Amino acid sequence: MVQGRIVIDSERCKGCELCTSICPQNVIRISSAFNKGYQPAELVDPLGACTGCAVCAIICPDTAITVYRQVRPRTAGLHAV
Amino acid sequence: MARQLLKGNEAIAEAAIRVGLDAYFGYPITPQTELLEYMARRMPELGRVFVQAESEVAAINMVYGAACAGKRAMTSSSSPGISLMQEGLSYIAGSEVPAVIVDVMRGGPGLGNIAPSQSDYFQMVKMAGHGDFRPIVLAPATVQEAIDLTVLAFDLAEQYRTIVTLLLDGNLGQLMEPAELPPMRSPRRYSPEWALSGAGDRPKRLISSLQLQPEALETANQHIQAKIATIAAREVRASDYMLDDADLVVIGFGSAGRIAQSAVKTARQQGISAGLLRPLTLFPFPEWRISQLAGQARAFLVVEMNAGQMFDDVRLAVAGHMPVRFYGRTGGMVPLPDEILEAIVRLDRELVHIDSMKGDRQ
Amino acid sequence: MITQLPEQLVYQRPRSLSDVSTHYCPGCTHGIAHRLIAEVLDELGIRERTIGIAPVGCAVFAYNYFDCDFAVAAHGRAPAMATGLKRVLPDKIVFTYQGDGDLAAIGLAEILHAAARSEHISVIFINNAIYGMTGGQMAPTSLADMKTTSSPTGRDVHLAGYPIKVCELLAQIDGAAYVARRSLHNPTEIRRAKKAIRQVFVNQVDGVGFSLVELLSSCPTNWDMPPVEALRWIEEEMLPVYPLGEFKNAIR
Repeated sequence: MVQGRIVIDSERCKGCELCTSICPQNVIRISSAFNKGYQPAELVDPLGACTGCAVCAIICPDTAITVYRQVRPRTAGLHAV
Repeated sequence: MARQLLKGNEAIAEAAIRVGLDAYFGYPITPQTELLEYMARRMPELGRVFVQAESEVAAINMVYGAACAGKRAMTSSSSPGISLMQEGLSYIAGSEVPAVIVDVMRGGPGLGNIAPSQSDYFQMVKMAGHGDFRPIVLAPATVQEAIDLTVLAFDLAEQYRTIVTLLLDGNLGQLMEPAELPPMRSPRRYSPEWALSGAGDRPKRLISSLQLQPEALETANQHIQAKIATIAAREVRASDYMLDDADLVVIGFGSAGRIAQSAVKTARQQGISAGLLRPLTLFPFPEWRISQLAGQARAFLVVEMNAGQMFDDVRLAVAGHMPVRFYGRTGGMVPLPDEILEAIVRLDRELVHIDSMKGDRQ
Repeated sequence: MITQLPEQLVYQRPRSLSDVSTHYCPGCTHGIAHRLIAEVLDELGIRERTIGIAPVGCAVFAYNYFDCDFAVAAHGRAPAMATGLKRVLPDKIVFTYQGDGDLAAIGLAEILHAAARSEHISVIFINNAIYGMTGGQMAPTSLADMKTTSSPTGRDVHLAGYPIKVCELLAQIDGAAYVARRSLHNPTEIRRAKKAIRQVFVNQVDGVGFSLVELLSSCPTNWDMPPVEALRWIEEEMLPVYPLGEFKNAIR
């Protein structure tokens, strides 16, 4: 399993819920806190389920999401498992 | 350069080309179509930009685009087409980019006819579009003046970042007379610090007439008004004819002024102390000169090919100090010198009558 | 065994997209379209010589969101303005970004003729079947029976006409080099949309001719539905009327 991580900029997020609805791992949820009238999205991923697939960042209209992914280095002659 | 027989419309086109016109965008409309056709031939010859736009609306917006790049851009049209351009002119004015517009006026209102008129004075001199703005308006009466004022137009437009309009009637657009063109200028390097050119490694630039906050838009308006005040102080031009001791001042612009000159000459021969003031700039208007004349003369006669448009501005400048009368033709009718002479004689008789009623002069 | 592997940055804000909050409504797909354009400007390395022309509409403020020179056109006139600009600055990349009122109502003559002249410009056309900025009136692209503030009982095609299909229209024009319609309603389609956006800019770099991509977009506020539902509405209601695909692709 590829390990991913997202960082949501709460100053940009408008809580539109496109990312929460699209996340295949269901690790994004809307915060109960308010920021400038919006309830921003936040990553809640205690089990490390995020794969860094980035569909949340792709669908985010406010470019609020930065995505990281742990990359397994290639070994010669073999593909990463 | 030698004098040659030139048609008004074409002389204006060639003059613009000689002073470095980069782009012409236009649409056919009588009586200025020859200007478009001349550009269609000459601009590609010189590797410059020519587009016959799909409408006058498109043409003025193409001028706006080219002007944003800091290039010398121009369009020409006639009264109904100019009406279509008003929105674009307002945007250009609000953005403070330079542009030169040629209006060869025809009979109106509406579709009107293709005969000459001066009935776009209100449209072009008072604003040319919505909002608070005054374009510079130049009013040639001869082909030579049309050439000289075209050259001036581009310089003024760039100097003040404003619209300059060449306002002439179908007469002047069509007639041919000897005139001299300026020499062809070599291409220049001109890159104003406000022009769009791709940000490169400098901060990005924006050209816009949008200012949502009223405070900001008011500031922008005040800046434009200050500029207009500077123009008004510096750029008035007018032509005098027999004005030194004139009792009766005839005021006319363009062809009406030119025809009135013949009438004034004849009036003098008949013993009437007439003179002619022919504004070359309709904005800025020679109001100071007129109010000066109001101290010396006894009456004004405004002659126009419309129902009385510059008439209002003359009355404002005279400020009620003496009679201001009007003689005009509309619908594309061009007055003959005799008609204007008759109006001068009538006014002169009116003044004599006033004298005899009063007994002596004030 | 869980090992800590090196973390790689996979997705971030493109350089050409200014790091500011936008005025667009939550969930409005303008933001997605803007980001895709910015990514293309970065990838093609053309930001420095790009000039954008903003419309009248919600995207009138697009100049705040891209780090490149911009002009604001009169309503519908962006293609004419782009013509003037590109003709005098042929080595710059000139693009217009227009909504459905701007391009398909008042600006229909300008876009048609820019296509006919094959002006070397790139056009991004945002079709959200409604007038956004002015508060939800009917657009030329509004669907039959669609309720808007100027068709409150639903668009009666007998009185208000049928929706205009811009791509199908422009594909008929010989001067149009590339005409495509894509959508922004899910990540797969967003990826495909980016390819089309890239194509309209590549075409200008290569001097191919007039290129336009229509992007089916949402307007949650004026459609009166949450953003997630609005994306579904694109898929269910707009796709049958506005099929996706390339309508003209004439690489010369």
